[in-house]
Amino acid sequence: MTTGTRRTQTDKTSTLDEAIGEIRDGMTIGIGGWGSRRKPLALVRALARSDVRDLTVVTYGGPDLGLLCAAGKVRKAYYGFVSLDSPPFYDPWFAHARTSGAIEVREMDEGMVKCGLEAAAARLPFLPIRAGLGSAVLDFWGDELRTVDSPYPSADGRTETLVAMPALELDVALVHLDIADVHGNAAYTGVDPYFDDLFCGAAQRRFLEADRVVETTELVESVSPQRMLLNRMNVDRVIHAPNGAHFTFAGDYRRDEAFQRHYAQSAADPESWATFRDHFLDVDEETYQERVVEWTRERTEQKEGAPA
Amino acid sequence: MSDVTCAETCVIACAEIFSGAGEIMASPMATTPLIGARLARLTTEPDLLITDGEALIFADTPAVGTSAPIEGWMPFRKVFDVVASGRRHVVMGANQIDRHGNQNLSAFGPLQHPKRQMFGVRGAPGNTINHPTSYWVARHSSRVFTETVDIISGVGYDQIDPANPAYRFHHIHRVVTNLGVFDFRGPDHTFRALSLHPGVTADEVVENTGFEVAGLDDVGETRAPTDEELSLIRDTLDPKGLRDKEVAPAGAAR
Repeated sequence: MTTGTRRTQTDKTSTLDEAIGEIRDGMTIGIGGWGSRRKPLALVRALARSDVRDLTVVTYGGPDLGLLCAAGKVRKAYYGFVSLDSPPFYDPWFAHARTSGAIEVREMDEGMVKCGLEAAAARLPFLPIRAGLGSAVLDFWGDELRTVDSPYPSADGRTETLVAMPALELDVALVHLDIADVHGNAAYTGVDPYFDDLFCGAAQRRFLEADRVVETTELVESVSPQRMLLNRMNVDRVIHAPNGAHFTFAGDYRRDEAFQRHYAQSAADPESWATFRDHFLDVDEETYQERVVEWTRERTEQKEGAPA
Repeated sequence: MSDVTCAETCVIACAEIFSGAGEIMASPMATTPLIGARLARLTTEPDLLITDGEALIFADTPAVGTSAPIEGWMPFRKVFDVVASGRRHVVMGANQIDRHGNQNLSAFGPLQHPKRQMFGVRGAPGNTINHPTSYWVARHSSRVFTETVDIISGVGYDQIDPANPAYRFHHIHRVVTNLGVFDFRGPDHTFRALSLHPGVTADEVVENTGFEVAGLDDVGETRAPTDEELSLIRDTLDPKGLRDKEVAPAGAAR
């Protein structure tokens, strides 16, 4: 019997740049959250700052996809929708990438995204689904999306032919949860888990950013067990990113509607975007967060100082 | 009560979308059908499930934009389970609808190089193939009701393969607009007028629809709300008059 050295569980704490440093050109990246809700935007901002190119992105899209399109990182996108969830609703940078033909898309029904992630998480090549039949989804995908015949005939002897949703296998998943420990146990505290566990289940490498990183005992004492969406097997890197989902919302803070509008309006012309980018994107996460606080304070002061 | 507005007539028509729906999830995606679904729930359809539009199922029936005690949890992943179960009736919007009920809310122009980008197909393909779907159009025009849609998000009747039982749950129940109430029971499942709102003429519908509308020769008038319904709309469900922001009041230029 060998005398083993006593080991402890892996501390997965990482910086944003260490995590992003693993991402290579051409990889397929799944991004958690939903629309403008609990998006891992600290990781997305770091990815947008990096030298990585030609990404394929799988997402329930919001400003995550917009910011990556603005940075010219996206070659191909798989999504059920792209929405900012509040006016102007349509993401301007995704719209620009589409109308300029800069990205190839595999648009699909929202339920097909869940189905494709479930197939990948279960290591299956496909799962049958009804959604997609009769719609333009088949045209968006061409030969990449096939149908499958049931081997079990219906009671009347006919055969049901369904969409064979292929597994959405990911090289990397990026997710944001509200509270985590350094080993990758993590919980959401808002009303919806979204699909972050499925994104992690479908991916080779899983990067989790969290507003709070605490001791395991504190984590389990602060939430009910059903809220613990991720366990250690689902996560490779843990990044402490307070307010990291900004300007989307997370468990402890609302969406920053004013800032999201500022983002969308800044996309209107090259000059205003250059200003936005210089101020908020070509800087590290800490500076971003400081400047958001500063921007909000200035904006509030202007409003209060404005004549009645 | 007099002076029923066009918006109030539209709310009644939206409420009637859910007549006989029973114990299913009503998923209205705009203000007018939302008031309609809640009106149905407060009158003839008490077993409808309604949500806050995010993840909570309401026990009570609150006014537009307000909260209420809850009776359950419905995060997005469970919504997809409901869609697949068929126990749902959605009322979606539409950028385009054609004569056979194909609908577009995705984008205008070629698939991989659109002229204008909207949401993408969202849940429209899954909704239309799985459970009853209706549409709400606040401004009935020939730009919306067009010969062919650019991108089929919502599945129309001419896409159905009768040999494939996977299509058997497809049903487009109603289209409610600021001009009238329609369905797809014209010849070969084409767009048909069921009723026109008070003051709306058949000519007005013809002028604002990019294809032939069946049933216009003997079309009736959308029924007036009861006093109870008007009171529920005005005092209980929409005291701030948000319905008038979606549908111009009667008399205003359409």
